[in-house]
Amino acid sequence: MKKIKMTKTAKNNFITYLIVLVVYIAVQILLATGNISSLMKGLLVPLCIYVMLAVSLNLTVGILGELSLGHAGFMCVGAFASAFFSKCTDGAMPDGLRFFIALLIGAAVAGVFGILIGIPVLRLKGDYLAIVTLAFGEIIKNLVNVLYIGKDKNGFHFSMKDSISLHLGEEGQVIVNGAQGITGTPHDANFTIGIILIFISLIVILNLINSRDGRAIMSIRDNRIAAESIGINITKYKLMAFSISASIAGVAGVLYAHNLSTLTALPKNFGYNMSIMILVFVVLGGIGNIRGSIISAVILTLLPELLRGLSDYRMLIYAIVLIAMMLFNWSPKAIEWKERLREKYFSKHFSKKKEVK
Amino acid sequence: MSLLEVKNLTISFGGLRAVDDFQMEIKKGQLYGLIGPNGAGKTTVFNLLTGVYKPDEGIVKLEGRDITGLKTIDINKAGIARTFQNIRLFKELTVLDNVKVGLHNHYHYSTVEGILRLPKYHKVEREMDERALELLKVFELDGEADYLASNLPYGKQRKLEIARALATEPKLLLLDEPAAGMNPNETGELMDTIRFVRDKFDMTILLIEHDMKLVSGICEELTVLNFGRILTQGKTSTVLNDPQVITAYLGE
Repeated sequence: MKKIKMTKTAKNNFITYLIVLVVYIAVQILLATGNISSLMKGLLVPLCIYVMLAVSLNLTVGILGELSLGHAGFMCVGAFASAFFSKCTDGAMPDGLRFFIALLIGAAVAGVFGILIGIPVLRLKGDYLAIVTLAFGEIIKNLVNVLYIGKDKNGFHFSMKDSISLHLGEEGQVIVNGAQGITGTPHDANFTIGIILIFISLIVILNLINSRDGRAIMSIRDNRIAAESIGINITKYKLMAFSISASIAGVAGVLYAHNLSTLTALPKNFGYNMSIMILVFVVLGGIGNIRGSIISAVILTLLPELLRGLSDYRMLIYAIVLIAMMLFNWSPKAIEWKERLREKYFSKHFSKKKEVK
Repeated sequence: MSLLEVKNLTISFGGLRAVDDFQMEIKKGQLYGLIGPNGAGKTTVFNLLTGVYKPDEGIVKLEGRDITGLKTIDINKAGIARTFQNIRLFKELTVLDNVKVGLHNHYHYSTVEGILRLPKYHKVEREMDERALELLKVFELDGEADYLASNLPYGKQRKLEIARALATEPKLLLLDEPAAGMNPNETGELMDTIRFVRDKFDMTILLIEHDMKLVSGICEELTVLNFGRILTQGKTSTVLNDPQVITAYLGE
């Protein structure tokens, strides 16, 4: 009995890894044979970013059971911290090493912000976390828009007014230029790195879920009072899940920053619309279902692009797909139907295994 | 020496003295019952003992150690585990995982060891599986280890809650109406289980119960609460024949 269960989760995770790998190989073949449009090529890295965001938000929403609406904020923090670092050290060290350190910095800074936001907020219950994280995302975005940082021989200069008040000396360079953001971030991100980062995120999250800490996190989600009564440290595990989720969003931000030559904080990329969109990926993919998040992030990112030919009806069809996915994943009848389907195909398989045992 | 010693325990909610001057002494290995009409304050006593509420006055001592006003998780670590009147399982976790969460503070590996699946992870997880299955076997739940907790029938959910509480290796087990919603057959079975737990795990058990058959069948001593105060205390047979108790339960 125990053995079956162990292999079941392991098998499930394995399928998830396999899907990502197969998609990667398929895309590589398409790229090699030239069967992919330049539009799609441009979408490959954003796809990786959205998948990572969806998977990491699912850790907060599905596994920890707290609603966070500020995921784009953590992405923004990771993006700007790493772009700042890369801009400062461009040429000072090998590209590979610099990007690797940039990834670590993005993860660490976003993780620290996760802890800072989490300490006061995770003590609250229910919608309060959603409200505060929503505000956090907006504050970060607006703060970055008025931030000016420059560098000259005397070191770093900092202002929140404009680039002139930095009083840079000769050969001084503005690194963060307010609403114009950071220009000239080295272009380090590519599809392969994106897939590797997806793999790392998946390994972290799936292995966390199936470990002692993951069980503690899920026990808090299922019943906080009972978890407390058997000695689970609620604050510690909430913070752990929340900050890991924020770190991975930060890494997605690093990828985002190093995929564009100009990094600016606009409502479009780091605003609440983005946070809501990530939440839509998670909800439609199935709350707590990591593989579902990946699939829905990919479908919902590709769909608007694939439907471009339909021009006016594009968003209409997008909306219909959203509704259809929601019904498929959440309506009781559909769940029942899926259960029946699963039983039909797997029941034989299971009874055999029992006999073997 | 007594395992649990409660003195002068009092708590008020607004103007209502929910528990007033409550005393109790439980010896190691005892099966102790806490009974009383609805609203008498029984569950409030449990919540005071487990740190859900902080008492206004009074002292709770476990094995001589003052645990009054500690946090719930620290009280659990000190050695008190409980079940709930309305079952509180981790519904989306499997039966096995429910017990493994209970084992949380007794088996350790770091987060990094868990994420990287280092040898220690596999070793400790295997030990946890073995220990959890052992506990489940005691409650004849090992066949359902793989099920989601919410898919268990009612009686088995009750048993799983007890198994999970025992996984934390308590010195004192508090059962809040374990027989609620059970038919006479299931109650009979439950009585055997409780006795068995006491004998096998050398456990001290304090239980709240309305089912008089269960109370008179297994409890050695009783405390009767009424309107937050102790009505009477002592040997089960004496207490149950006390005219005051009969009046409290059945009215004049």
